[in-house]
Amino acid sequence: MSALLAAAGSLEPAARSYLSPTGQEIVFLLVGVLVLGAAVVSVTTRQLVHAALWLVVALGGLAVEFLLLTAEFVAWVQVLVYLGSVVVLVLFGLMLTRAPIGRSPDADSGNRPAALAVGVASAATLVTLVVDAFRSSWIDLSGPAGTTRLTGEFLFSHWVLPFEALSVLLLAALVGAIVLSRTKDDRAKPRPGNLRTALTKSKER
Amino acid sequence: MHLAYPAVLAVLLFSVGVYGVLARRNVVLVLMSVELMLNAVNLNLVAFDVWLRDTLHAGQALTLFTITVAAAEIGLGLAIVLLVYRTRRTAAVDEVTALGDRHEADDLADAAKEQAAA
Repeated sequence: MSALLAAAGSLEPAARSYLSPTGQEIVFLLVGVLVLGAAVVSVTTRQLVHAALWLVVALGGLAVEFLLLTAEFVAWVQVLVYLGSVVVLVLFGLMLTRAPIGRSPDADSGNRPAALAVGVASAATLVTLVVDAFRSSWIDLSGPAGTTRLTGEFLFSHWVLPFEALSVLLLAALVGAIVLSRTKDDRAKPRPGNLRTALTKSKER
Repeated sequence: MHLAYPAVLAVLLFSVGVYGVLARRNVVLVLMSVELMLNAVNLNLVAFDVWLRDTLHAGQALTLFTITVAAAEIGLGLAIVLLVYRTRRTAAVDEVTALGDRHEADDLADAAKEQAAA
């Protein structure tokens, strides 16, 4: 097992022989590579709609990672909210701003080398820091940590007030989005179709 | 499971998001990169919550709140993007420069354009 881990790029010098099986770590690593690759393709591809679809792969892989970390409810919320609504919203945004379907040469701005430098620098710094800090830390995955029952209990016994405040925030965001996207000029109104003309005629009658 | 795995994955994902935010030109793609960064933070929160065995489960509660705030953020962000697209006919971040710091060369070019129009 340890040889396999070392071949897969294990960051740990010696595999800990805990009760938790290290098979979870292997699955975590494989899904992590998938997530990272999908994320990289999503931020580098020149086809805008493909970027949104690769984002689906990355976010779905992250839901699997949450499941592996025994946070079940968070994983399903991730699937429902991110894969279900956020990606659909992003796709709608791409369509409504008339994103080209094929390759668009101007998907990246001119400061791409600077962005690459900043990204690589932050990755190097943070990886060094994190590996140095948590090299010998071990997550005990035995026992439920995030089942739906447990999540409901802690959410509605300790976190009720933030939860309610968050619902008010969501309502405010909803109203704000409606106010922002409402058109004020009359020219943008849709022309009357068959149904509408029939309705106005019946009203006139 | 070693804590280093989720922590390193979150760090790398965050860096990919940083690169996307800085390098992308389309506003919707920038918003997608912001989502990637938020998700990296979510992974960190869940991993540390499971690691610390917190009785309040602050990490998972905060993850749920982050997901909600991200949903609100993307809704409002896309509304603003659509408004900008309707008024400016563009979705490129480097063309929306009305509030930006202007170079003198741009001012001179604009003045020349106005003179040519007059």
